[in-house]
Amino acid sequence: MHALPAAPPPAPQRQMLVGTSLAAVAMTMLAGSMLAVWALQRREAIDATGTWLPDGTTIPEVPTNVMLIAFVGICVFGQWAVWSAKRNDRPHTVLALGATALVALLVINAQAFVYVRMGLGVGDGTYASMFYAITGMFMALMIAGVVFTVVAAFRYIGGRSGDQEILVSHAIYWYAMSAIFAAIWFLVYVTK
Amino acid sequence: MTTIESSPEAVAVAPSDADADTSSLLEGIAGIFTSTDHKVTGRLYLAGGLLGLVATVVINVLLGVERLDGGDTVLGSEILPQLVDGQLVGLVFATLLPLVMAACVMAVPLQLGARSIAFPRLASSGFWMWFGGAVLTTVALLDNGGTLGGNADAVALFIAGLGLMAVGITATAGAVATTVFTTRAPGMTMRRIPPFSWSALVFTLGIVLVMPVLLGTLAYLFVDHRNARTGFGGNEGVLVWAGWALSQPVTFLFAIPAIGVLAELVPVVFGRRMPMRGVMFGGLAVVGMAALAGVTQQNIQNLPWAGSQLNVDDLETKVRDLVPFLLFNALPILGMLLILLVVLQTARPGDGSRFNYSPAIVFAFFGFAMMLVGMLGNLLYAADDLALQGTVFNEATLVYIVYGAVLATMGAVIHWAPKMWGSTVASAKAAPVALLGLTGTILAAFPMYIAGFLDQPAGTAYLDDDLVLWNIISLVGHALFAVAVLGFIGLVLLSVRSDRSVGDDPWDAQTLEWTTTSPAPRDNFAEIAVVHSAEPLLDLKSASNDGSNA
Repeated sequence: MHALPAAPPPAPQRQMLVGTSLAAVAMTMLAGSMLAVWALQRREAIDATGTWLPDGTTIPEVPTNVMLIAFVGICVFGQWAVWSAKRNDRPHTVLALGATALVALLVINAQAFVYVRMGLGVGDGTYASMFYAITGMFMALMIAGVVFTVVAAFRYIGGRSGDQEILVSHAIYWYAMSAIFAAIWFLVYVTK
Repeated sequence: MTTIESSPEAVAVAPSDADADTSSLLEGIAGIFTSTDHKVTGRLYLAGGLLGLVATVVINVLLGVERLDGGDTVLGSEILPQLVDGQLVGLVFATLLPLVMAACVMAVPLQLGARSIAFPRLASSGFWMWFGGAVLTTVALLDNGGTLGGNADAVALFIAGLGLMAVGITATAGAVATTVFTTRAPGMTMRRIPPFSWSALVFTLGIVLVMPVLLGTLAYLFVDHRNARTGFGGNEGVLVWAGWALSQPVTFLFAIPAIGVLAELVPVVFGRRMPMRGVMFGGLAVVGMAALAGVTQQNIQNLPWAGSQLNVDDLETKVRDLVPFLLFNALPILGMLLILLVVLQTARPGDGSRFNYSPAIVFAFFGFAMMLVGMLGNLLYAADDLALQGTVFNEATLVYIVYGAVLATMGAVIHWAPKMWGSTVASAKAAPVALLGLTGTILAAFPMYIAGFLDQPAGTAYLDDDLVLWNIISLVGHALFAVAVLGFIGLVLLSVRSDRSVGDDPWDAQTLEWTTTSPAPRDNFAEIAVVHSAEPLLDLKSASNDGSNA
């Protein structure tokens, strides 16, 4: 066996950071592709029939706008967790993570409220099936984000307070989610 | 009083031979399901890919039999749609992707001097998701599913199976890409990583960009098909909306690690440092531009000139037509030519050059050549004036790309077999298998190029009797390739069962994986080494030779 000189202990690898960044890219591509197909179908429907939103369907704008504002809060809380952890401020880190999870749950609740208020059935035509597909994708990513927040909080509470990489990764995830929702909000809820 | 010859504890602890065998077998099975060793995950992908390859080649032979008579159906018209779908999905998702992923997962951490792959559980779960998706897709096709299937539930299952395979491949690709970015040995900068690892990085980043696009489209198709069926054309819309993922030029992206195998092996075989590594890296990245087609959901970017339009004196229109055509279809060929340039430069006769024969290089070279022919064919296919669209020409291009990538991946398996299971594949028997594979690929695909020019439509039916000859030759080609695949699997099984040990560096190679034992231990390396060049092992050998000469 050939023997090259042994190396000193390896530097921090930042695997979580790189992995989360790749996941954020993948999420953005997923949402971007779905929004692109949405825009295409919308244009074709308007060219053919002059309308895209089914007759009698109203999008409740208050909860959708509140969701967008809530994402500002999620980003602030995610970054607050990173800021506090870097200062070894354990109570504030836990508080920030808890607030992030709480607001994320609020967004999920608001999306469910939008479903109820719109009263669309998933089989009520192209708009309905696409609406549920794209917001369903968003809900799945939201639930994954809440799980990420809970895992990050448990790791921190469990004593891995020196592992700040996961908190930075957690913040990156929510930044990406904010960008995704901003695009969905504009194309699906504002442009209609 | 009873005499006890051994203590009750000892009796309880020492199991019978049968119990020990059973326990060992169960542990072995549990180990396969739960292992986080990248070498186990890579072998699982390899086994799954070879299984998919055998199934796909059998489907190709069956379709070839069906095409012998362009009019009557031999196998029964009710199963033809499923066979055509099985061929398409089998070539790309059950053969090409798992086989190149197997090579990446097995070799990349070893090449980088890493003790393990990043996110090993993610990589392993990626395989199981891919495998689950492949099973679902197969079940759906057997139950009258697929893009032309008559069973609505099976069609939905087909879409879900495709989606699950896409998620699994993306998960493993994420783990491989993170490994390249984060777990390189000290001193191994990005410019010093081996060519195969670079090709793996380009491939996996492309997958991370492209597969979510496919997944989003499949999500729409699934929800629409289960409910409204108004926006996407039902099951026939699956290929309209998601067909780009099963066609060129996206398949060029999927084949990039297979291209990287040749770049990896040439310096080893000729015993030289690779010159112009930057050009090689650039060439692989340029082939990776095929990801653009996936991101934009295009399966072809036509050159819309025909007849007198070729002479229309409108420069702006010409440029507008040419740019997307060249970007999607010619750029990957430019990348291949750059790689070929560096390969020839490395192999040129000169001081210190030698030829250390390895059967792997034969497979890799044949595979590279076949993929290049496939890319050139795609260039012709995109020209509207040749009227090849809608003919079997496209299928021939896909066969060139996939069979070529399979041949190159076989080369990768032969090259890294010592690190995977500790023995080499018999050299004398491997070269004829490579030759058989090359002959099979050419005979399977090239007659379909000719048939495409003779306007044989895609599918199995045609009217012109003159086409029968080309279809017979193509069938013979697929059958020969099937024999080559079986021969290769036999050689691999013989190698795995062989107890003939090989040295740690049987190919006199240059990179880090050959500094560890054969087979590589659980954690790959006893000690992580410091790297000072792109060929760390060659440095060590040069230093040893200098020392002994002095």
